[in-house]
Amino acid sequence: MTAPARPGLAARPYLAALRARFYLTLQYRAAALAGLTTQCWWGVMKILVLAAFYRGAPHQPMSLGQAVGYTWLGQAFLVMLPWNADPDVVEMVRSGAVAYERLRPVDTYAYWYVRALAWMAARVLPRAVPMFLIAAVVLPLTGLGAWSLPPPPDWPAAVLFTISIICAALLSTAMVQLVTGVVVATLSAKGANAIAPALSNILSGGIVPLLLFPAWMRLGLFLQPFAGLVDIPFRIYLGQLAGAGAAAGIGLQLAWTAVLVLVGRGFLAHSLERLQVQGG
Amino acid sequence: MAQIRVEQLCKRYAVAERQPGAWGAVKGLFHRRQRVVEALKDVSFSLQAGELLGFIGPNGAGKSTTVKILSGILRPTSGLCEIDGLTPWLHRIRHVARIGVVFGQRTQLWWDLPVIESFELLRDIYRVDEAAFRRTKAEMVERLRIERLLDTPLRQLSLGQRMRCEIAAAMLHRPSILFLDEPTIGLDATSKLAVREVVRTLNREEGVTVILTTHDMHDIEALAERVIVIGNGVVLRDSSFEALRAEALGETRLVVEFAGAPSAIDIPGVSTRTREDGAVELAFDARRMPAHALISRIAAEHDVADIHVEEPQIEAVIARFYALHGAAEG
Repeated sequence: MTAPARPGLAARPYLAALRARFYLTLQYRAAALAGLTTQCWWGVMKILVLAAFYRGAPHQPMSLGQAVGYTWLGQAFLVMLPWNADPDVVEMVRSGAVAYERLRPVDTYAYWYVRALAWMAARVLPRAVPMFLIAAVVLPLTGLGAWSLPPPPDWPAAVLFTISIICAALLSTAMVQLVTGVVVATLSAKGANAIAPALSNILSGGIVPLLLFPAWMRLGLFLQPFAGLVDIPFRIYLGQLAGAGAAAGIGLQLAWTAVLVLVGRGFLAHSLERLQVQGG
Repeated sequence: MAQIRVEQLCKRYAVAERQPGAWGAVKGLFHRRQRVVEALKDVSFSLQAGELLGFIGPNGAGKSTTVKILSGILRPTSGLCEIDGLTPWLHRIRHVARIGVVFGQRTQLWWDLPVIESFELLRDIYRVDEAAFRRTKAEMVERLRIERLLDTPLRQLSLGQRMRCEIAAAMLHRPSILFLDEPTIGLDATSKLAVREVVRTLNREEGVTVILTTHDMHDIEALAERVIVIGNGVVLRDSSFEALRAEALGETRLVVEFAGAPSAIDIPGVSTRTREDGAVELAFDARRMPAHALISRIAAEHDVADIHVEEPQIEAVIARFYALHGAAEG
């Protein structure tokens, strides 16, 4: 690679791609609204199930109030899970337009990473903000305070949560990139898109908080990469993971992100090398 | 020194073959038969800066594969390629910053964005500074007459309008080499002329090296001084377009219409055929017997109403050239 004349110049293509994708994705307001409605409904369902579970087994490492908060957070950040390969890349691989991507004087992995990150951020924001308003503001006002999303217990928790949720987005994007690598290798999104959500939804805590799994599984579940998507940031928010525990959690998120970026980058380079651009 | 040097480029693909039928599908789960396709067998040529090279050949001949290797998208199985001192697939990022590419069948602009926003994105992606961008953009907008299209989202443009924008987009970072892969495919006559006009100007006035692949022989006729014919993955001919035309034309046809009753024409080296309308068609080799000599001889010997030379269509000529070299797609 050429040495950039100014440090800002090196980042310019990536920032431009990030901005463009963010604003383009933000335009899909109807999808966000529909998603919000569905996620409210499923939030209620999940909370009813949790309430029933706690009535049968009340002694858990997490209080019912915390589990309810955890559930609302999960609904707010649902689209941050690495559900699918970046649909833009899938389409480009299918149509052969991926050839143009290789003609850009940029690192293809980094270029696609920032775009996937922008795509995720632009889908999370219009869903998470109203979800917060509903769960943390509207519910207490209507007298359903016990079933609402409580605020973080203190300022450090709020700050650490902000850091951790950003780390979760970086980690999730690294996973999306792995799935994208599979798509480039197999020229089809079907297989990868079927496996990724199943794994990430369960292992991240997206279905059941990881602390409610049997005790012997908890350490392993904390250490595996998917915990950094949901469980770690949410427990930090609820004050359930603080101080050294929170630091360890964020450290794990960053470490897994680094590992997955390295693996994903190598894998994508290998897949692109073998990709025969179709047609012509 | 040559700007582009290509030596013995070879590209083989392994294609997984599915055997027919249900049993074939089951067998495919355990053992895949692979077939090796040789897209390029041996392609060598070199090109000076500022040349305009036409690349022609039947479908599947290896034109696009060559362009993809030269532009850094594909890595060849073996062979050497050096462009301005760089090997495209080894120094991809540095190489692609210096070239512009247009694939006629694809778009490099963002489908949902107004054209101008795509241009601005490309400006950032290629790290073009603002002043240079404004200059180049103004020039391209004028040359390609796309002023009125800039604020329109790409998806609302016609193919001809789109292609003009694509060429402008490929030039925004001032590449010294322009690869055009079937840039006139599907365009109407006016748009084709506009595309040819701008390619000619970029080449002649700005010294941009152009490599053009096309199936439209009129593109080649209008633009390229030099033509490489590629077939079955090898270079069949690398010559001027005039030489190629003369070689492929081979026999020329003369049509003679008689004023009175048709009379037999018997000249050695000339084969004749009487057409349904009574005119006689003569086929001969113009290199050995000049047409004017033949015409005056016939006019002197026969009672002739009209004589005209029929040149075969350039398309037909090239098709015959492909067939002659066994390169026509099977």
